[in-house]
Amino acid sequence: MQLIFKALLWRLAQAGVVAILVGVLSFSMMIALPGDMIYRIAGARFGYDNINSQNIELVRNQLGDPAGISAFVNWMGGLLEGNFGNSLVTGEPVLSEITHQLGATAELAGIAILLSLLIGPPLGVWAGLRPDSWIDRCTLLMAAVFKATPQFLLGLLLIVIVSIGLGLLPAAGYGEAKFFILPGLTLAIGLAANTTRITREAVVKARAANWWQFARWKGLSERQVFWRHGLRHVSVPVVTLIAAQFVALMEGVVVVETIFGWPGIGHALVHAVFHRDVPMVQGTALIMGLAFVLVNAAADVIARLLDPRAPNP
Amino acid sequence: MIKALSLTFLLASTSLLAHANDGVLDVVAPFEIKGKDPVSSGSILMKMSVTQTLVDAKADGTLIPGLATQWQVSEDGLTWTFSLRSDVRFHDGSLMTGAAVVAALEWSRNNGGLLAKTPLESMVADGQQVVFKLTHPFTMLPAMLAEYRSAIIAPSSIQEGQVVDVVGTGPYRVKQFTPPNTLTVEAFDGYWGKPATIKQAAYHGISRAETRALMAESGDADITLSLDPASFTRLQSTAGLKVESTAIPRVLMLKVNGEVFDKATRHALSKAIDRVGIAKAVLRYDTAATQMFPKGMAEWHNAALEPFAYDPEAAKAELAKAGWVLNAQGVREKNGKAMEIEILTFPDRPELPLIAAVLEQQFAAVGALPTINNTSYTEIPAKHNNGTLSTALFARNFALVPNAVGTLLQDYAPSGEWGAMGWNNEAFTAKVKAMADGSAPEGAREELVAILHEELPVLPIAWYQLNMAVSDKVTGVVIDPFERTLGLSNVTWKE
Repeated sequence: MQLIFKALLWRLAQAGVVAILVGVLSFSMMIALPGDMIYRIAGARFGYDNINSQNIELVRNQLGDPAGISAFVNWMGGLLEGNFGNSLVTGEPVLSEITHQLGATAELAGIAILLSLLIGPPLGVWAGLRPDSWIDRCTLLMAAVFKATPQFLLGLLLIVIVSIGLGLLPAAGYGEAKFFILPGLTLAIGLAANTTRITREAVVKARAANWWQFARWKGLSERQVFWRHGLRHVSVPVVTLIAAQFVALMEGVVVVETIFGWPGIGHALVHAVFHRDVPMVQGTALIMGLAFVLVNAAADVIARLLDPRAPNP
Repeated sequence: MIKALSLTFLLASTSLLAHANDGVLDVVAPFEIKGKDPVSSGSILMKMSVTQTLVDAKADGTLIPGLATQWQVSEDGLTWTFSLRSDVRFHDGSLMTGAAVVAALEWSRNNGGLLAKTPLESMVADGQQVVFKLTHPFTMLPAMLAEYRSAIIAPSSIQEGQVVDVVGTGPYRVKQFTPPNTLTVEAFDGYWGKPATIKQAAYHGISRAETRALMAESGDADITLSLDPASFTRLQSTAGLKVESTAIPRVLMLKVNGEVFDKATRHALSKAIDRVGIAKAVLRYDTAATQMFPKGMAEWHNAALEPFAYDPEAAKAELAKAGWVLNAQGVREKNGKAMEIEILTFPDRPELPLIAAVLEQQFAAVGALPTINNTSYTEIPAKHNNGTLSTALFARNFALVPNAVGTLLQDYAPSGEWGAMGWNNEAFTAKVKAMADGSAPEGAREELVAILHEELPVLPIAWYQLNMAVSDKVTGVVIDPFERTLGLSNVTWKE
C-alpha cells in the first residue's frame, strides 16, 4: 500500500510539471503561429460574410494583445486561483466550456474503451488458447486490417452500413444513448485490434509458462487454470496497454468527433487552435495533459493490485 | 457476464429503431454556434425562429413589418420613427417596450452589428416607438434593421457587458444551449403571432459536408442546409427526401488586386476562365455568371449586357497587348516580373478549393504562373489590408441586408475586404452613396451595374444556388433567398 501512495505522490509531482510545461508550450506555440491573431478571433466571431476592418478593430480594442507576455502572466496567475480565463471567441468561461466538452469526450472515450474490452480480450483469449488455428489467423488478419483502417473511413463506413443501410442508429448527433454507439464503435474497433493481439500473446506466453504446466499437473482443468490464474496474468499487459492507448484514443477522438458532430474536447481544441483562442487552447491542453497523468496513475495502481510482485514503479 | 452484456447491447440497439420519429424537428447546417450573442450566432437564432427583427423581408426583398408595425421618415430624411407591436412578449415574459428595443440595438451597434455602419446619431425610445436620428439621409436603415445582428433580445439577456442568455421574441424559445454543436428549442406559449405547430426543434451544427449528407440520407435530419455538389447529386435519387435549390444573391468571384492587374489584364484573365465548365463540373448546376448580378436580383440584373466570354486565344492576345509577354520559359512577364497569381481561398465552402484548382490550370494555360493558397478566410481581409493580396476566391452575399446597396457600399465604394482592391472609381462611389441616402437620380442603378461590368474590379464566376434536403416527413419549409428564415413555425409533420 505504501508503495502505491509513493507512486501516486510521484504522479502528483508529475502533474505539477505537466501543468507548467503545457501552459508555457501551448502559449509559445500559439504565438509562433503566423498571422495576426486578432483576425482569426474576429473571423471566428463574425464569419466570412461579416469580418471587416471595423469589426477587427473592435475586437482588438476589446482584447488588447492576446499574444503579449502580460496575457500569459495573467493566465498563470488566474490558474493558481482555479480560473482558466474566458474564451476569446465566445466570451464564456473556459472552464465551463471545457467541462461540457471534456464530459462529452470522457463519455465517448469510456464507451470506446468498454466496447474495445468487450471485443478485444475475449477474441484474444479465444485465439491464444488455440494458437495457429484458423481462429488465430483470422483475428490476426482482422486486427491488421482494422489497425490499418483510418478512423474517418471506418466512421463513414459504419454510418453508411448501420445508419443508412440498416436504419438502426442515427448518423450523427449527441445527447442520448443512441448517439454513442457508432462513434464509440469506430474508436473501439481500432483499440480492440491492439488488445486482441496483446491478449493473444499474453495467453500464449502464459500457457507456455511453468506455473501453467504446474497447475495442469496438480489436476486443474485448462478452464480452471485460465479463470483462477491465467486471467490475472493476462490482465496486467492489457491494463498497461489501455493506458498507453489513451494517447491514440485522444488522436482518434479528434477525427471521430468531427465526423459524428460530437461536441468534444478534441473538436474544441482543433477549433481553438484554428481561431487562435489562446486561453481555450491552454486550458484544453492542460486538462488533456492532466488526464494523461491521471490515467497512467490509475493504470499503475491497477497493475500493482493485479500483480503485487512487480518492482517499484 | 459477456453474454449478459451483449444481450443488453442488443436490446439497447433494437429499442433505438424509432430514433427518427421522436417528434423533434431536426435542422442540420454547417454553422457552429459561437455563443449567445446575436452578433455572432444571430443567423442560427433567426433560422431557428428564436430571435426576430423589427423589419422582415419577403422572398423578393420587399421589406415588410416584423416587430415594428410601420415606419416613417421625416421630410429631410434625418428622423426615422418606428412603431412597435404592442403585444410582443419576450421569452422571459416581459413586454417588448421601446426602451428594450433601444437597449438591444445599442448592444448590437457597439459590438459589431450592422447599425455601426449607419450614420446614426441617436436612438431614443418613446413609449412603443423608437426614433432614430441620423447625421445624414440614409434610406438603407430599415433594410439594415432586418439583418440578424439587429435582432431584438430582452434586457435580461445582457448582463455585465455580456450576452448571458438568449431571450428573444420568436415562436420558439431556447430550451438547451450547448455550443458549439447543438441548440434545442421549444414552442413559446406567449408568442404574439401564430404559434408554432411542431413543439420541439433542434439545431445541429455539423461542419463536415459528408456527415450532413449522411444525416439527411439516414433520416436523422429533417432539414439539411448546404450540401456539397457531389452529395447534392446523389441525394436527388434518395427515397424519402426532396432536394431543393433556389437562386440566391450570392456570387462566387475572384477578387483581383487592381494595383498589380490593370483593367486590360483583368479583362484578359476573365476571358481565360471557362465559367460554364466550372459551373457544370464543380457546382453541378447551370449558373455560370454572365455578369455580376444573378437573374434572381431582377432590379440589378441587366439582360442586355454582353455576357462574359471564354476565349483563351483572345486572352493570350490581350495579355500580350497589356504588356505581359512570354519569356523563354513560356511564362508571361512584364518589366522583368513574372505573372505570378496567388489564388487565396478557404475550405469552409467545399467547392472553393476545387474551383481554385480549375482556375490555376486555366490561368497557366494562358501563360501565367498561378499558385493556390488554401487557408483561413481571415487571410483575405488581412492581405487586403496590408496590400499583399494577389487574388482571392470567395462567395459574396449581396443580400446581407435585403438590399444590394448595403454590400456595394462596403465593398466597392471605393474598395473593401470582400470586394474591390486597388480600384477607385469616383463615379461609382458617388452613385452608391447617392443611392444609400436616397438622392440618386433615375437610372443610377443601371450605371452602377454597367461600371462593374466594364471595369471588372472583381471577376464574377458563378451565381450560387442555395441547396437543401428536406425530409418527406415534413411540409412547409421555406427556402429564403436571403438565408434569414426556414419558416420553422409553420412546418408540420406530414400525415
